[in-house]
Amino acid sequence: MELVLAIFIGLLYACGVYLVLRRSIIKVILGVFVLSNATNLIIFLAGGIRRSGKGFIPEGAETIDPALISDPLPQALILTAVVISLGISAYILALKFRYFEVTGTHDLDQLSKTDD
Amino acid sequence: MSERLIAYLPLLASLMFASGILAPLLYKPFGKRLGLLLAVFPFLIFIVLLLLAPKLGSSSAIVTREFFSLAEGIDFSIRADGLSLTFGLMISGIGFFILLYSAFYMKKYERQGQFYLYLTLFMGAMTAMVFSDNLMALFIFWEITSITSFLLIGFDHHLEKPRQAALQSLLITALGGLTLLFAVILIGNIAGTYRISEIIDSGLKLGEHPQALLIFIFILIAVLTKSAQFPFHFWLPGAMQAPTPVSSYLHSATMVNAGIFLLLRVHPFIGDFYLWKGTLMVAGGITMFLGAFFSMGQTDLKRILAFTTISALGTMVMLIGIDTSHSIKAALVFFIVHAMYKGGLFMMAGIIDKSTGTRDITRLANLTRGLPLTTAATVLALISMAGLPPMLGFIGKELVYEAKVQLPGLSWLVLPLGVGANIMMVAISLTIFAELFYPSVRKQGVPFRHTEKEFPWYFPAGTIILAAAGLVLGLAPGLLDKIISNALLFSGNDDVRVKLSIWHGFNQVLLISVLTVVSGVVVFIFRHRVMPLISSLIRWFDRLFLPDVFAGAIKKYVEVAARSTERIQHGYHRFYLMTFFIVTMLLVAIQTFFSGMPVIETSGLSTLKLHILALLVVSSLAAVFAVFSGGRLTAIVAMGVVGYGVGLIYLFYGAVDLAITQFLAETILMVLFVMVMFKLPKFEKLSSRNSKLRDGIIALSAGAMVTLVVLNARFVNVFDPISSYYAAKSYVEAHGRNIVNVILVDFRALDTLGEITVLTLAAVGVYALFNIRVRQLKEKEKNQ
Repeated sequence: MELVLAIFIGLLYACGVYLVLRRSIIKVILGVFVLSNATNLIIFLAGGIRRSGKGFIPEGAETIDPALISDPLPQALILTAVVISLGISAYILALKFRYFEVTGTHDLDQLSKTDD
Repeated sequence: MSERLIAYLPLLASLMFASGILAPLLYKPFGKRLGLLLAVFPFLIFIVLLLLAPKLGSSSAIVTREFFSLAEGIDFSIRADGLSLTFGLMISGIGFFILLYSAFYMKKYERQGQFYLYLTLFMGAMTAMVFSDNLMALFIFWEITSITSFLLIGFDHHLEKPRQAALQSLLITALGGLTLLFAVILIGNIAGTYRISEIIDSGLKLGEHPQALLIFIFILIAVLTKSAQFPFHFWLPGAMQAPTPVSSYLHSATMVNAGIFLLLRVHPFIGDFYLWKGTLMVAGGITMFLGAFFSMGQTDLKRILAFTTISALGTMVMLIGIDTSHSIKAALVFFIVHAMYKGGLFMMAGIIDKSTGTRDITRLANLTRGLPLTTAATVLALISMAGLPPMLGFIGKELVYEAKVQLPGLSWLVLPLGVGANIMMVAISLTIFAELFYPSVRKQGVPFRHTEKEFPWYFPAGTIILAAAGLVLGLAPGLLDKIISNALLFSGNDDVRVKLSIWHGFNQVLLISVLTVVSGVVVFIFRHRVMPLISSLIRWFDRLFLPDVFAGAIKKYVEVAARSTERIQHGYHRFYLMTFFIVTMLLVAIQTFFSGMPVIETSGLSTLKLHILALLVVSSLAAVFAVFSGGRLTAIVAMGVVGYGVGLIYLFYGAVDLAITQFLAETILMVLFVMVMFKLPKFEKLSSRNSKLRDGIIALSAGAMVTLVVLNARFVNVFDPISSYYAAKSYVEAHGRNIVNVILVDFRALDTLGEITVLTLAAVGVYALFNIRVRQLKEKEKNQ
């Protein structure tokens, strides 16, 4: 399974890299989405996917055997990452919206000079 | 008593620094009187030093405890000996007159507050430098003088010439500052301390040390650059672009004399190095002669004086190079002589500038009428410069000749150079006098705008009092005996007997003096032939030589830097990214190639699950579709499919909270995207087929690289996982059953706080961006 997931991540990366290398800013934004998803998956995979129990301590018990649940730490980290990338994506979108309104272009090559 | 007196020094120096820093603020309430107010501090320092001088005796130095320590071994403490007193008296005494002079001279300038800031800081740093007992502190103040003099020379920064001159002086003196730092560190390493008093007391001699050559070269560069010695002399004439009070101060007692001070300071412990004599004598001798020779070819009064300064500095460096007790005594006396007449003469140039509007000696004549007192003072200063009795300059020059005559072996080379330089000095002094002051019928000078009577008393005070002091010291040179004797002791000389007098009887030296004066008069008489010759020589020399070459080199350097910056910082974001991806891939490829890791390790994989496989296939197809889709909406929807697919993977592997978050975030993004989308342009074909192919190859290799890294990363376990700790403590300590939640809000609560901050900032940013009234902004721009 890890092999397949790794290939999937690789594919997502390929798509993401291809998209961020585009000149159209919308495609670049899409590329950023894909790359952040793929990176989150890498972290998730690093926690190991052999165990897949939910990270809850059952009623009445005080602890749970860590061998039964999937690793909670990468999950917490990814959760943070997801929320932050949501914030950043929303901000880029808003920025892009304004940028297009002011400049009338979405070609990033037009941005290469700071003056006019 | 002396202990108590010296306690005032750091206080006064800090007051001076403080008043300097406050100068821009003080300028408002005090206005044009600020210069007079600030002059109080150097005056007080001068008085303290004057009282201190007789207490010192001829063989003691006062070293205070450190009162401030910057770092281990780098502390600030005061060392008062004959050497620092000689320099300190000149710096504070002339500084006092310079500030008085500035109060009037700078009257019409803007930004006077800043001017006083720079000047006072410069003065303070100079004073602190000569009294530092720590080589590191000495270096720090040395650098402060470089920076403040840069600001002072370029004070008229709206003009190009001062800017260029300031930059040139900064680059050259900063080079010297850097090498001084190296030298100081090396000396400190060998001696085990940076304290000058400890080094001198230990009797350390570095001359035989294997690193002596390196230390000497570093110190030599510091001295040659700071003191404008050949071949670095060219920045000094440029530095006269500064306002006149600044040139006057820089040339007379400070800045360029710092190099002389440094030589005398380090002389006790490195003066025995075998290159000391030869190098300094040659550099100083050439500078001495060139400076004097070139001064004859100038017409700008300040420029003439600038070249004579170069010559005088050359004389001092050469004398220190001769390295006998006699020659160092001569150098010290000559420093005092030169500081006094040069300070006065530069201020005179400024007075003439103010009263007539020009400094061109070909246009000036008959100045005696309007400026009687200045004339009298200038004549005295010129006599001192020419080295004639009864001024102190005569004693200085006699000592210099004596030192040269007594030089074993090399006097045949040094003496003619010195005599040549002095002939020029006599000639140039006579020329200045004749052109400016001698009543002439033939030459019609420019008319006066102001006469001396219109100036306040403190404007010509410096010129007059310095000239008078030169006369007094010339008549009673014994006043200097003690202090110079002390200075000699602490600059490492055996013979410290000093008995200055104006009359040495008829001897060889007097004969040379007479010869010098006669030749000087001859050159003066034929000056109309000599001057054009010299100026054409200078032009030839300049074209071949330094300021332009230097400026050209700097220009070239900046050009190359600009070009390479432009190449790296081209502004095309996708090429930045491309560079980044390719370099990363190369690094990873090299690493995997050399580490001998298996390309794909298949052991220990978990079992294949069909439903997840199906999910991955669908998501992959969606991702590829999103890349090649021509429509915006379809691309976004396809991207959404990928996002939800990733969420499902989380869910299948037991990460419930993560899956929920992913679904929510993905949904919000979709909504936002669709909201904005209809205001965004349609996809256009912007890239050529070739660039698509290139990007495709890069993208596929990046994907392959990531796959390999992910597969190999499974086997990297640097630390034991800490997750079991969370599983064990989640309920017991944090009272939560959902471990992931507990980690987020309890164990790693600060992370979450950071996350919330980012989210809030992003939300504020989005809100602000949507609320800018772009159209209104545009209309405003149009209206303007």
